[in-house]
Amino acid sequence: MADLNPFSAWRRLLALPNESRTKTVVMAFLVSAFCAVLVSGATVILRPIQAANRAAEQQARIEALVAGVPGMTQLMAETGGTLSTVVVDLTKARAATEVTPETLEAALADMANWTALSAGEDLAGLGSRPDYAQIFLLRNGEEISLMLLPISGAGYNGRIDAILALTGDMHTIAGLAITGQSETPGLGARIEEPAWLASFSGVKTRDARGDLRFAVAKGQAGTEYEVDGITGATRTSSAMTRIIRFWLGPQGYGPLIEAVRRGEF
Amino acid sequence: MTAPSPLWSTLTQPLIRQNPVTLQILGICSALAVTTQLPTALTMAGSLTIVLALSAGIISLIRRHIPDAIRLIVQIVIVASLVIVIDQLLQAYLFEISQSLSVFVSLITTNCLVLGRTESFARHNPPLPSMIDALGNGLGYSLVLIAIGAVRELFGAGTLLGYQVLPLAEQGGWFTPLALMMLAPSAFFLLGGLVWAIRTVRPEQAEPPEFAAPQIPEGME
Repeated sequence: MADLNPFSAWRRLLALPNESRTKTVVMAFLVSAFCAVLVSGATVILRPIQAANRAAEQQARIEALVAGVPGMTQLMAETGGTLSTVVVDLTKARAATEVTPETLEAALADMANWTALSAGEDLAGLGSRPDYAQIFLLRNGEEISLMLLPISGAGYNGRIDAILALTGDMHTIAGLAITGQSETPGLGARIEEPAWLASFSGVKTRDARGDLRFAVAKGQAGTEYEVDGITGATRTSSAMTRIIRFWLGPQGYGPLIEAVRRGEF
Repeated sequence: MTAPSPLWSTLTQPLIRQNPVTLQILGICSALAVTTQLPTALTMAGSLTIVLALSAGIISLIRRHIPDAIRLIVQIVIVASLVIVIDQLLQAYLFEISQSLSVFVSLITTNCLVLGRTESFARHNPPLPSMIDALGNGLGYSLVLIAIGAVRELFGAGTLLGYQVLPLAEQGGWFTPLALMMLAPSAFFLLGGLVWAIRTVRPEQAEPPEFAAPQIPEGME
């Protein structure tokens, strides 16, 4: 009869020659299980702290972005205003009624609130786009003087997260802040450099006919719709073009931007 | 004077005499990348030392029961898990520094130094000597990183650990930062200079030439 005592079974296992197939499989399993517990334990326990860190980081970047827009600090002081946070429904191009900033995370956990993008539409390499997004507005009286839009998409090495600021006319970029990226250090990661981000300020996104013209140039910027490309980071530069064009386009914030221009927001 | 105990020499040998970076030229990728400032160099050095010591300890504990056929993958899995845990800890408690270290903490997994020590030492020795050997090697690596990081931060930005040491010219002082020190090649130059200096003081570290220059026979052009 087989001996079912776990202790003696364990001892028999240890006594097996290292080359035996059973011991190889069992050792592989035990090491993997141990490591899996270690890694998932650390991730789960530390996730709240990391999320808080990232939120604080994002808040700091938004504040820095607003402070970096010319005249904005003065405007903020004049209006006594602070940024208001709004969840928008991207499909309907208006403020979401059922979703608030507090319930946004729960809403986005439901895949029914995501829209799959076809290959032709999916400039930013997202796969699918959330139907709700949290944006930040600065109002001067009734008019919107600054709109901050979180954007994201696939970079060269991984996802790039950023916040794009548009001025009141909605066709001029006020600034850009990168909130997350994993591009090649020294090359693509230079998208985080303040000098390059500052070059976005004042760049037009659409021409008089309303066509989307924005691009990161290959080399020096030639038109008022372009910013300089980053030398040695062609893939990251073109990813930035695609991400920004996607989010300003019809699948992104395009309808919302038009609604704001018509004064319907 | 008594002879130093074997454990003590296990710990101190890798500091200079058997330094993994300057003698064996292992792990220099990260040594080049994270040494622009002293804080990142210190964090990286600490992380690598901890990963190295823990993985050596764990692998040494199970050394008699690691099947030969899968020994490398077992070691890599253990090292990689420890690296992920350290990376998560850094992201939770040292967020700013973990942002500037970017991928280099995760790349500790592929640092030849770690696998080199577990494969060559921890697999054949009991836990205590293994961990001390790993600690010594980690400290040897740290020594190089800190030295290069200090030189690069001092001459590249005029600061040490963020404190202004050399007054900058643009703030009314006399020191103009050397932009080269902020770029990766300067770490190569410094590391090369360090290896040269150590091998001049300790000629036994110099490697014999691998190839003799071919003799050109007389009369041939």
